[in-house]
Amino acid sequence: MLVIETAALSKRYPRVTALDELDMNVGEGVTGLVGANGAGKSTLIKILLGLVPSTSGAAHVLGFDVATEGALIRSRVGYMPEHDCLPADASASDLVVHLGQMSGLPYPAARERASDVLRHVGLAEERYRPIGGYSTGMKQRVKLAQALVHDPRLVLLDEPTNGLDPSSRDDMLSLVRRIGTEFGIAVLVTSHLLGELERISDHVVVVEAGRLLRSSATTDFTHATGLLLVEVQGRADAGRLLGQALVDAGLRARPVGGMVEVEVRDEATYDVVRDLTAELGLGLVRMQERHHRIEDVFREGGAGSVQPV
Amino acid sequence: MSSPSDASRTPRPAGVIHDIGYRPYAGPRVDGRAVAWSLFATGLRNCYGLGRSGRSKVLPMILLALMLLPALILVGVLVQAKELLGLDEHIVPYSVYPITTQLLISVFVAAQAPALISRDLRFGTITLYLARPGSRTTYVLVRMASLTVATFVLIGSPLLLLYVGGLLADLPPGRETGRFLAALFGAMLLAACLAGLSAIISAVTTRRGLAVAAVIVVLVVSYTVVATVQGIDFETGDDGVGDVAGLFSPYTLVHGVQVFLFDSPTGTPTPPSGAVMSVLYPAATAIMIVGSVGAMLWRYRKVTA
Repeated sequence: MLVIETAALSKRYPRVTALDELDMNVGEGVTGLVGANGAGKSTLIKILLGLVPSTSGAAHVLGFDVATEGALIRSRVGYMPEHDCLPADASASDLVVHLGQMSGLPYPAARERASDVLRHVGLAEERYRPIGGYSTGMKQRVKLAQALVHDPRLVLLDEPTNGLDPSSRDDMLSLVRRIGTEFGIAVLVTSHLLGELERISDHVVVVEAGRLLRSSATTDFTHATGLLLVEVQGRADAGRLLGQALVDAGLRARPVGGMVEVEVRDEATYDVVRDLTAELGLGLVRMQERHHRIEDVFREGGAGSVQPV
Repeated sequence: MSSPSDASRTPRPAGVIHDIGYRPYAGPRVDGRAVAWSLFATGLRNCYGLGRSGRSKVLPMILLALMLLPALILVGVLVQAKELLGLDEHIVPYSVYPITTQLLISVFVAAQAPALISRDLRFGTITLYLARPGSRTTYVLVRMASLTVATFVLIGSPLLLLYVGGLLADLPPGRETGRFLAALFGAMLLAACLAGLSAIISAVTTRRGLAVAAVIVVLVVSYTVVATVQGIDFETGDDGVGDVAGLFSPYTLVHGVQVFLFDSPTGTPTPPSGAVMSVLYPAATAIMIVGSVGAMLWRYRKVTA
C-alpha cells in the first residue's frame, strides 16, 4: 500500500522554487529521502502534513488529500522536526503525555503510551528531569518519542541524526530501522548523509532542486557492479604489478587506492587472478565483489553538492 | 545493521532489545473539542504552577494569597466591628477592589502570560502543536482563554470572599448579590482585557524576560499615568480630561464600564460621566478585547511550522 503519493507537486515562493513538479510514491517500510540542504525536503514534509499549501499539483497521505484533510492526516502521522522544539522547563515525561493528549489520546492512555515510547527510545529515569539539562542525543530521543506517542501509521522524521555524535547516530539509526520493521510504522526519513540511509532504508528517494532525481529500492542502488576488487601484498608496487599482468592477459583492470579493480568477464576471471598472483610471487589478501554505494549514483549523476559520508 | 535491506527486511523477533516489544494502540481517541479542553485545562493549571516545577508555583500562589489577605481582613473588621463603626456596606466595594490590588494583578499577568505564550514560540514548541490535529486558531483562542480564566480566578476569588463575608455579617443579601454579580462581570471583562493585552505583548516579544518587563511597564505605567492625570484633573476642577484619561488603563476602563452599567460605587477621583463617555467606555473595552484576539490570530498566521 502506498502511504504517500504526490503528483506534479509544486511549491513556489516569490524568489525560489522549493518543489518542481514532484512525482513521488512512498510505500510501507523505511523510505529515505535524500537531498542537499535546500533541496526541498522540509518543504515537502510540511506540505504532506497539510501545514503549508502547495502551489499546484496534488498529494495524498494515507489516502487523505493534504489540501483538504490536513487534520485527519495529522492525527495519524507523527512528525519529528529538524530544529529544536522542546521547552527547557518541562520534563520529557510531562511533555510527551501532554502532546499525546493533543493528538487525541485520553489522559490515562496518553500516560501509558508516553511511558512506553520513552522506554522504546531509551530514556530511563532522566525523563523526569527538565529537558533543559539534556544532551543533544537525549533531546532527539524525546523528539522521536513525541512523534510516536499516538501510535501513528506513518512518521516523518526530518534529519533525525542532526548534531549527533557517531555512537548516538548509530543508536538513532537502528531505532529508526526498528520503527519501520518491528513497530510496523511506515517511516519517511530525510538526511543529507547518504551512507545513513543506505543502511536503514528499504527504498531511497533522491530529490534535487525540488525534482525527483531517482526513486528505487536500496538494493538497486547497491547492486553488484560486475567488478572484482583484488588486494595483494608482498612488494611495494604489488598492486601495480598485478594490474599490468592482468591487462597483459587481456582483462580490463585499473588500480584503486593500492588495490586492483578487475572487470569480471566469466568464471575463469577468478582463476586468472589467482594464477597471475601466484606467478608474480605475491600474497593474495582478498578478492571481493564490488558493490555500488548510493553515493556513486550522485557521482555519476553529477549531483556533487550532496555530501557523502 | 551494516548490511542493507536483505538481512533487516525480515522483521526480527520483538523483545530483542527491550523486555516487551512495541504495542500498538487500539483504544479510543477523543475528538477536537476534548483535545481543546485538555489544552485549556493544562494551560490554566500551568498558570498557577500546577504541573510545572516547584519553583514556578511560588509566585502565583503568593500573589493569590496576597490578593485574598486584604479581603480577609476587611471581612474580619466588618464582622467584628459592624455595630461599633456603624457599617451597612463593605468598607471597600467589590468594584473598587481590583483597582486597589492592581499591582498584584499586573504582576500575575506579567509573569504568567509569557510563561504560557512566549514559551511555545521561544522554544519552537508551537511546531509540535501545529503538527497535531488542532488548528492554529483553536490553539490561539484556547491559550488566551486559559490566561483569561486564570486571571479571572485571581481577581474573582477575593470578591467571593468579600461576598460570603458580607452575608455572614448580615448585609442585605439582595443588594449584595446584585453588586457581587456585577463585580464578577467586571472581573471577567478586566481579566479578558489584561489577558489579551499581555498575550499580544508576549507573542510579539517572544523572549520571556523581555515580555515580563514589557507587560509590567505597559500595565503599571499606564495605570500610574492615568491615576496621576485623574488626580490632577480632580484638583483643578474636573473638566473632563480625567474621563478621557481613564480610557487608557484597563483597570480604570473596566471600572468605568461598571460605573455606567451597574451604577457601582466608584473608586477613582474622576468617575466618567455623560452620554459620550457612556458609549466610549464600553466601546473601548470591546475594542481592546476583540482587537487583542484579532492581533493574536494575525500574529500566529505568520508563525511557520
